Amino acid sequence: MQITVKLFAFFRENRFKVEEREIDEATTIGDIVDQLAISREEVGVLMLNSRHTDFAVRPAPGDILAIFPVIGGG
Amino acid sequence: MADKIYRVNMTTLTTSVEAVPAAWAGHGGRGLTSTIVAAEVEPTCHPLGAKNKLVIAPGLLSGTVAANSGRLSIGAKSPLTGTIKEANAGGTAAQLLARAGCKALIIEGLPKGDAWYSLALTPEGVTIQEESELIGKGNFAVVETLGKRFTEKLGVLTIGQAGEMRMRAANISIKDPDGGLRSCGRGGLGAVMGSKKIKFITVNPKDGKVAIANPEKFKEANKAFSKALVDHPVSQALGQYGTNVLVNIINESGGLPTKNFTGGQFAGHESISGETMHDTISQRGGKVKHNCHAGCVIQCSQIYNDAGGKKLTSGFEYESIWAMGADCCVDNLDHIALADKLMDDIGIDTIETSVAMGVAMEAGVLPFGDGLGICRILEEEVAKGTTLGRIIGNGAGSVGIAFGITRVPVVKNQAIPAYDPRAIKGIGITYATSTQGADHTMGYTIATNILSVGGKVDPLTNVGQVELSRNLQIATAAIDSTGMCLFIAFAALDNAACLPALIDLINARYGLSLTGDDVVNLGKYILKTERAFNTAAGFTAADDRLPEFFYTEPLPPHNVTFDFKGEEIDTFWNF
Repeated sequence: MQITVKLFAFFRENRFKVEEREIDEATTIGDIVDQLAISREEVGVLMLNSRHTDFAVRPAPGDILAIFPVIGGG
Repeated sequence: MADKIYRVNMTTLTTSVEAVPAAWAGHGGRGLTSTIVAAEVEPTCHPLGAKNKLVIAPGLLSGTVAANSGRLSIGAKSPLTGTIKEANAGGTAAQLLARAGCKALIIEGLPKGDAWYSLALTPEGVTIQEESELIGKGNFAVVETLGKRFTEKLGVLTIGQAGEMRMRAANISIKDPDGGLRSCGRGGLGAVMGSKKIKFITVNPKDGKVAIANPEKFKEANKAFSKALVDHPVSQALGQYGTNVLVNIINESGGLPTKNFTGGQFAGHESISGETMHDTISQRGGKVKHNCHAGCVIQCSQIYNDAGGKKLTSGFEYESIWAMGADCCVDNLDHIALADKLMDDIGIDTIETSVAMGVAMEAGVLPFGDGLGICRILEEEVAKGTTLGRIIGNGAGSVGIAFGITRVPVVKNQAIPAYDPRAIKGIGITYATSTQGADHTMGYTIATNILSVGGKVDPLTNVGQVELSRNLQIATAAIDSTGMCLFIAFAALDNAACLPALIDLINARYGLSLTGDDVVNLGKYILKTERAFNTAAGFTAADDRLPEFFYTEPLPPHNVTFDFKGEEIDTFWNF
């Protein structure tokens, strides 16, 4: 199945901004982060379809996953 | 040298230097400005009349080498909200005022006649001079001219045309180390300075230094404190992308107010994002990192150049970029940067004015997306004080009234900043209950609602939001008293070593033995003092509410409303 993965801030460096990605049903968000060679420790926020989520969740077809490092501002 | 209170009476054009009353001794920054305003200003007075006072105070740690301690607090009764007000900013003035031995500068009264004045503060006292050359000029001309007029390196506080015309969105600008400007932006404090006919204030500490009661302990505490700041990943990302790193994440969350608060996501978000801004700055030879005051270890500011490589603006913040960008549907970062520079020059709050532009766009004054139209209105209407310019310069509420618009995003007449309270509910509690009108910095629940800093509270449910906002508002009031930049809060929320190191710094500076409980109690005291002022000015719980449309118009993409009952909001004050 296909999902959309979006990366932000320095996670984009040597990777991508947005990518359609083929995954199987058993794949968790944590697996995707690992496949992208992003350290889970560096992940600040995960959103699936604009809702906060976590590493253990398995995306459904057509989902949009956004991966952010620890960031802040104001 | 013992700190003193410097007092200026603009009615009699006299000045004095006074000992610090015992009740004020433990206060600095916001705690001190609010204590003095509450003690000396009649709550029902006209904010632009003779009875209001402008109070300027460095923080408890300003003037020391403590990291990030260069924030200056300015307080008064706000002409925009009618509440008590404190706005703080970086720049060099806080450090220099503290080194001059100034605990607070209190400016009272109104001069008779049409003359304008400037003030010059040194350790010996304040002198008042008549000023004519710079009247009618923008802030950049003030800073540049004063750089030539005086040979010493001075701190400068200045108002632009907006402050001179007593517009309710007028700010007070503070010179930064490179001649750029930082702004005490919110609540129209520039109009209070303008009402007192003061164009600028210079600060010269001469060879003054801040006394440290226990230098060894201070040094040790500063080392631990700086390390906590530098180590936190938020600090690192702020240095790389600036505060504008937030555009994409707030957009993704569905809480980025768009097209005058009719949507929660902006199609043009990528072109105004922190990531795009970082790349643009790098390509054009600007500066990705810049400190607004000496001693800042985060360096979230930057210098943004135009396509020709010439400096366009600095201190280009998320709030300003969101307000002109998503809220006005402008997706051209250069147009936003030009508008930012113009607002710095005119001396007007970028949040209030840009939200006012969004309301004006809904009214049909100019089309959504017209970035150059915003710049034209700023230059030709606001700076010149035309009728339209004054309507916009008096803020979003003023535009709503003038054009009969009901979707006016203000609380206590102050524009709501860059987070929609329907999709990020904790910040709605802060907007509603803040003692100073809608202001994200009063209790930044975004940290916990969106950024997962200091724990996690789901932004889309009502559970835990009142408590979150209360705890953050209490902590913020205390931090705002130290002279510290609020961005230390990210480290303080996550790193157990940060806050104790900050308390150690205060104890070492003054020879005290404050504890964490004392700091919490200080925050509570400040909020209660501010609220008591507002109650005496006529504010009630009915003012602690959001505008009607937030309760009735669902916000896409989550299609949610703000659905707190009044009595739930009121439990905020149960402490």
